[in-house]
Amino acid sequence: MNGAIDEVLQFAVTFLHTIQDVIPIAVIIFGFQFFIIRKPIPNLKRVLTGFFYVVLGLALFLQGLEDALFPIGKMMAHQLTDLEFIKHSTEALEQGITIHWSQYYWVYIFAFTIGFSTTIAEPSLLAVAIKANEVSGGSIGIWGLRIAVALGVAIGISLGCWRIVTGLPLHYFIISGYIIVVIQTIYSPKLIIPLAYDSGGVTTSTVTVPIVTALGIGLASKVPGRSELIDGFGLIAFASLFPIISVLAYAQLSQWYGNRNNSKTLQASQNRTDRKLTENKG
Amino acid sequence: MRRPLVGFLRTTANSVRDLAPIAIVIIFFQLFVLQQPIPNIGEIMVGSIFVVIGLTFFIYGLEMGLFPIGESMAFAFARKGNVMWLLIFAFALGFGTTVAEPALIAVSRKAAHIAAEGGVIEATDTAIKQYALGLKFTVAFAVGLAAVIGVFRIIKGWPVQWIIIGGYILVVLMTTIAPEEIIGIAYDSGGVTTSTITVPLMTALGIGLASSIKGRNPMLDGFGLIALASLTPIIFVMAYGMSYL
Repeated sequence: MNGAIDEVLQFAVTFLHTIQDVIPIAVIIFGFQFFIIRKPIPNLKRVLTGFFYVVLGLALFLQGLEDALFPIGKMMAHQLTDLEFIKHSTEALEQGITIHWSQYYWVYIFAFTIGFSTTIAEPSLLAVAIKANEVSGGSIGIWGLRIAVALGVAIGISLGCWRIVTGLPLHYFIISGYIIVVIQTIYSPKLIIPLAYDSGGVTTSTVTVPIVTALGIGLASKVPGRSELIDGFGLIAFASLFPIISVLAYAQLSQWYGNRNNSKTLQASQNRTDRKLTENKG
Repeated sequence: MRRPLVGFLRTTANSVRDLAPIAIVIIFFQLFVLQQPIPNIGEIMVGSIFVVIGLTFFIYGLEMGLFPIGESMAFAFARKGNVMWLLIFAFALGFGTTVAEPALIAVSRKAAHIAAEGGVIEATDTAIKQYALGLKFTVAFAVGLAAVIGVFRIIKGWPVQWIIIGGYILVVLMTTIAPEEIIGIAYDSGGVTTSTITVPLMTALGIGLASSIKGRNPMLDGFGLIALASLTPIIFVMAYGMSYL
């Protein structure tokens, strides 16, 4: 019974804190509406109800975050790096053999699967893919782009986990990634560039971010010699950088493929007219 | 009375769909790979239900109140033509939406706790809250600034890639002088900011603006705001980390 009361009290505190998070946007919307646009807000009651739902939803989400999302990420990191799970025998453990990075392979597989599955199911990505399909005149397929982004996130997160395990400095990877993006930008079709850059930002959803963050920190706390503070963060950065690379690569590939096909059909029709001409002459 | 209920149920289905891939992957790993007992499974289940209900109310509320009014204001400011007010509105919109972004609240909390454990800040409740709040407002300020730069870019018609590449160079330079403990958090903050609230409203601002200026392609100019908004926080969070030295 006490536990339930505690829970309710804790929720009340979270609820009050959440109001602080929503105040700035409320002040901005109402402030600009009253002082600059100087018109009453249409459907004021509806808007206010909406704001109440936003606060309530955010408070519930933050409660669930502490109870479920953070613990899930941490638990997965701890169980996947558990020495008994990795070694399958306690003898090796007692001998104190150091673990090679490749023995953490289930961590990388898990990271890949989480990255791929959450991204492929992301609704905002579908919206971006449909737009990209329209801009490119159909040469960029909706499914092609979704798979490209999902692969980018999957490879990004699992490479990020590998970095945490090996302890290599984060900025080496990010800076190399930037260099690749810059080189790709030079050779990419111009219309796809803003979309590719944006695809990095939209892929990491509100549910995925906390789990992936907790996964990284959990890994850093379990792998010997790693610091949570220095090595634990960076997975989200990988997940936002790699889709840019994979989308640009996909755009380049489909452009190249399209050009090749076009020149082929062009050549074929050329041959046909040539043949016709010679036939006519004959 | 039927309509709102249908809308609410649809939002619930979307939240379940957000959590479903994660649940499936984790259940698969638990059953077939790890085969270990799950500690606190009851609490995790209840928490997951909170996440689904919370996300549902959050997004339902956004679609009911904030998105329609925010989008119509973004369009109104983009079309009115007063550049000064447009830039002020862009900053305010970027700042305000970021402060309420759930993913950012989550990561800044985590970062503050880890910083306290690592001895960067004092391990007291006030110090942790202050650090998290500082981090959040730094990111929000950076996103506001990104919106200003992005809007200015659309008006001037500068290509987005030059600004991004310039930003990359700045990130690299900052990395060399920033303390090691902040680099990971800084890089992550870029991806965290652009989420549930920020993306729809910033996109509305960008596309509204690009479609109201002659000779602009909404596709080419409208996007790119999000990219900028995931770049500036990296630079500013590194500066924030340096201020804690």
